[in-house]
Amino acid sequence: MKPAPFEYHAPTTTEEALSLLAEHGYDAKILAGGQSLIPMMNFRLVQPAILVDLNNIPDLAYINPGDDGGLRLGSMTRHHQVETSPLVAERAPLIHETMPKIAYPQVRSRGTFGGSISHADPSAELVALSVALDGNFRLRNRDGERWTPAREFFVGLFTTVLEPNELLVEASLPPMPPHSGWSLKEVARRPHDFALIGVAAVVTLDEKGLCQQARMVLISAGDVPMVAHKAVELLKGQAPTAEAIKAAAEVAATEDIDPSSDIHATAEFRRHLANVLSRRALEQAFQRAAENK
Amino acid sequence: MIKKFIGKRVMRNEDPRLLTGQAQFVDDVEIPGMLHAAFLRSDYAHARLLSIDVSAARQHPGVVAVFTAEDMGDDWFPGPPLVSPPPTAKDVTFHSRRQVPLVKDKVRHAGEAIAVVIAESRYIAEDAVEDILVEFEPLEAVVDLEKALEVNSVLVHDDLESNLAAQMFQQKGDYEAARQQADLVIQRRIVIERGAAAAMENRGIVAHWDAKSQHLTIWDTTQAPIPIRNGTAARLGLSEHQVRVIAPFIGGGFGPKIMMFYAEELVIPWAAKKLNRPVKWIEDRRENFYATTQERGQVHDVEIALSRDGHILGLKDNFLHDTGAYDPYGLTIPLNTQSHDMGGYDIKNYSSEFKVVFTNKTIVTPVRGAGRPQGIFVIERMMDAAAKELGMDAVEIRKRNLIPPEAFPYEHKIIDQAFAPLIFDSGNYKAVVDKALDMIGYDKFVKEEQPHLRVDGKYVGIAIAPFVETTGVGPYEGARVTVEASGKINVATGIGTQGQGHFTSFAQIVAEQLGVEVNDVRIVTGDTTEFHWGTGTFASRGAVVAGNAVHAASSIVRKKILKLASKVLEAPEDELELEDGQVRVADIPQKSVSLGELAVLANPLRGAVEPGTEPGLESTAYFGPQYGATAFGTHAMILEVDPETMMIKIRRYVTVEDCGTVLNPLILEGQIHGGVSMGLGNAYYEKLHFDENGQLLNASFADYLVVSATEMPRIEVGHLETRSTLNELGAKGVGEAGAIPVPALFAQALENAFHDRKLEILEMPLSPNRLFELLNEEKSR
Ligand SMILES: Cc1cc2nc3c(=O)[nH]c(=O)nc-3n(C[C@H](O)[C@H](O)[C@H](O)COP(=O)(O)OP(=O)(O)OC[C@H]3O[C@@H](n4cnc5c(N)ncnc54)[C@H](O)[C@@H]3O)c2cc1C
Repeated sequence: MKPAPFEYHAPTTTEEALSLLAEHGYDAKILAGGQSLIPMMNFRLVQPAILVDLNNIPDLAYINPGDDGGLRLGSMTRHHQVETSPLVAERAPLIHETMPKIAYPQVRSRGTFGGSISHADPSAELVALSVALDGNFRLRNRDGERWTPAREFFVGLFTTVLEPNELLVEASLPPMPPHSGWSLKEVARRPHDFALIGVAAVVTLDEKGLCQQARMVLISAGDVPMVAHKAVELLKGQAPTAEAIKAAAEVAATEDIDPSSDIHATAEFRRHLANVLSRRALEQAFQRAAENK
Repeated sequence: MIKKFIGKRVMRNEDPRLLTGQAQFVDDVEIPGMLHAAFLRSDYAHARLLSIDVSAARQHPGVVAVFTAEDMGDDWFPGPPLVSPPPTAKDVTFHSRRQVPLVKDKVRHAGEAIAVVIAESRYIAEDAVEDILVEFEPLEAVVDLEKALEVNSVLVHDDLESNLAAQMFQQKGDYEAARQQADLVIQRRIVIERGAAAAMENRGIVAHWDAKSQHLTIWDTTQAPIPIRNGTAARLGLSEHQVRVIAPFIGGGFGPKIMMFYAEELVIPWAAKKLNRPVKWIEDRRENFYATTQERGQVHDVEIALSRDGHILGLKDNFLHDTGAYDPYGLTIPLNTQSHDMGGYDIKNYSSEFKVVFTNKTIVTPVRGAGRPQGIFVIERMMDAAAKELGMDAVEIRKRNLIPPEAFPYEHKIIDQAFAPLIFDSGNYKAVVDKALDMIGYDKFVKEEQPHLRVDGKYVGIAIAPFVETTGVGPYEGARVTVEASGKINVATGIGTQGQGHFTSFAQIVAEQLGVEVNDVRIVTGDTTEFHWGTGTFASRGAVVAGNAVHAASSIVRKKILKLASKVLEAPEDELELEDGQVRVADIPQKSVSLGELAVLANPLRGAVEPGTEPGLESTAYFGPQYGATAFGTHAMILEVDPETMMIKIRRYVTVEDCGTVLNPLILEGQIHGGVSMGLGNAYYEKLHFDENGQLLNASFADYLVVSATEMPRIEVGHLETRSTLNELGAKGVGEAGAIPVPALFAQALENAFHDRKLEILEMPLSPNRLFELLNEEKSR
């Protein structure tokens, strides 16, 4: 399990990294925390000719407050930094609460926010959360930059809108509106495994205690983070009663997702879990929203 | 007062080295000029090899050699039969088919080695493996045990008439007659699937041929260094004294490392000699999933006959056993299954036939438990089925059938891996079960807590599973104990060590005999230059067989010490005491001599040694038990399951072991903890998924789920000590005990948790997904 030969570059500035990407394009692979890429290289599933290592670019690792009350995360911010940041705990409690569910400490000390997003694994928590929180990503190439909303960023299994010459440099996560509640529920074989199914929910109540807005995203439920559009439609403008939640969870599990079967779970079991966890996530999110008046 | 070391929680002598990275493992061996090997392995499970072209690989820069079966010439021949069927047994069919160094004609399992590349680095070797071109004719794979025996099945070995590797029948009493008497007969089909041993350290070998001294040194992650030495010498036409095999520290054995000779063990030493360069091969995790042996696959058709009051009148168990592509390890596993099929119950009538089946899967040899967990799973599942049918309490039906204390030595009569009709030497089974019940608070839980939990909508089940473990089988082990001039003791034994704490438990035995501190005893294991008689570490036999050899040798050394000291101190031997590295006259403590001084006196540089005496304070002794010592234990657990997600939480886990004399409770508990973790894997996490083409679908730790710290419950360990009558220490083995009853226990606990469902579990391992399916099937019944 040794990787095929490759050429290694360790730029110290973002600009330098971008010009390497401009030069080598499809032949190059970016190395962030290496927690997904290195195993794939050792299995020889990917054999990049050129590796551009971002680990020597200090400018890409930061957690800053956003002007909108949200957060700005540099792509090379380690999972561990996110997990232990008081700013994240305050401004993005959903992320704070979720971080310990991603792998285990060794992996979190190397893995990065940007790596997880760029890898676009539909089983990755941060991928789903970035959509649930309505985040935006800043992508740069040598000649400029563009912003892409998270909900448009993930286009297929391990596939994003990133061009071969582009780098994800930053994520911007807006604050949740007042009277919001959140939840992440997941079932994993072992606590540090990728989830068989996970559900991230963010809901907002209006003055009357009715559901004003809701976003629910399912993990490991399709090729991309699966947004439960139909389920959420059922809830909007409704009182979040047990029956309403139950009905929404049912729809999420049957109509909003497209899970597949593998050795760990059949599609049928995944739909069953999606139903159970959607209900539990919505219950907790609405309860928190009610408490957050 | 003489210090006692046996039975004390002595910290392990070897741990400082292990924990600070100062212990030598095979991959730590570095030799100037050393080359690295990588194997080309088959992607197909079953295919004819039409042609192989290694020319491009040979041209690859940095490659020194590429070898195929062809290149091995006359040195190509299969591995030796490791274990043959019991010579004592009648009516045995056995077709011996053994693994080959490199595939010549036909691939018989995915991952079988076809060629080896030897290069300046492992990286280059792996690159060049990709340059080898092989033309295959893919064949249908034999995967399913039952289909494998159908008349029109494709054959794993073309020269045999069928895929039947072996067949054997054993019985005692008269099952059919017992069945006629029965009030209740229950039949079930039970399926047990394969798992991996998943040792932390994979296999590895370094071979170094020194042409000038005509000597071959091999470092090997083997559990059996001496047989590896002898076999390698024979294969390469060398004297046994030209070959030294070192099994250094090993990161876990669990059985697969007792298997020999692996293809790599046949190829690497041969290649090193041929190239006259040291060669290293370190197995990677993916190779380990394909090329290191596995265990557990069996299908049982069981029948139990009972009287209305819950007494077992007879048991019949016909089963299939998957041996994979070859059967070098003979019948050890199915024999163990037969000898554990009746657990610790007094069953007078038993009938069992097993068929061993060749399949296009990785070779099967013992993995911790080695056929015993299957036997215990079968009998315990039948006990639970019977209890339900009879409306009896799960504990009561078990107690009613346990072998009573007065029945020992108990004639079990079934031939086991020791090749003789089994006898259980000693035991007090009911006391062990009672202690486990007491520790877990069985009655209180069932009467007071469980009803409340059920009212609260919680699914919490309790279970109790007794089991036997045959341990400490022969043939023999030996040890040499030497008092050195420093007063420290050196002990050499032939068995290897893979984490069992031999450096401590053996030292305790010696320290107790010779009156020294435990860390004054240096233990050497697994180096054939230090000791070259013995077989290996397997079958929970290290402490029993090697331990008693160490005990015997140190007793003789003790006698030599006393004899010499008696002369030096001018006092009779029975007035002497050994303590703190000194021999003292009991009532006159100032009259003493140190062991070091005695050692020098026993090995003088001048003067005469009395005729008939040997120099030094040294002795070599051997121990070979008449038959194995049988241990007993009981596990109990309280298990909570989320009925919606199938996720589990173990609230309590209790084990009570009776493995005779406990040498070191700390080490014993470590063995139990490790065993339980493997057992939990076999119950709910660890299953090798082979598809219909014989492809392994989860050949990595991302998908093969070993139990990790997060799944482990806190384990409460209780001990009872019923001495073995078969050895002086009174010890029985415990190395595999922890793993044996866990799947049976887990199934019982799950059924008990789902009190409002007719859940019946007849397969292992389960998974949340499978449990969900079983509950759905129950719903639609
Ligand atoms: C044992 C284990 C368990 C895990 N469990 C979980 C889990 O439960 N949940 C979970 O979400 N994740 C899990 N992971 C994955 C982990 O979170 C990884 O850290 C993450 O998926 C990838 O981040 P990385 O920084 O390691 O990226 P890398 O592995 O370095 O890169 C991943 C991919 O993204 C590309 N890339 C990286 N950075 C950028 C960038 N800035 N711009 C463009 N492309 C980029 C790389 O080229 C590569 O293709 C687990 C990993 C392991 C090893």
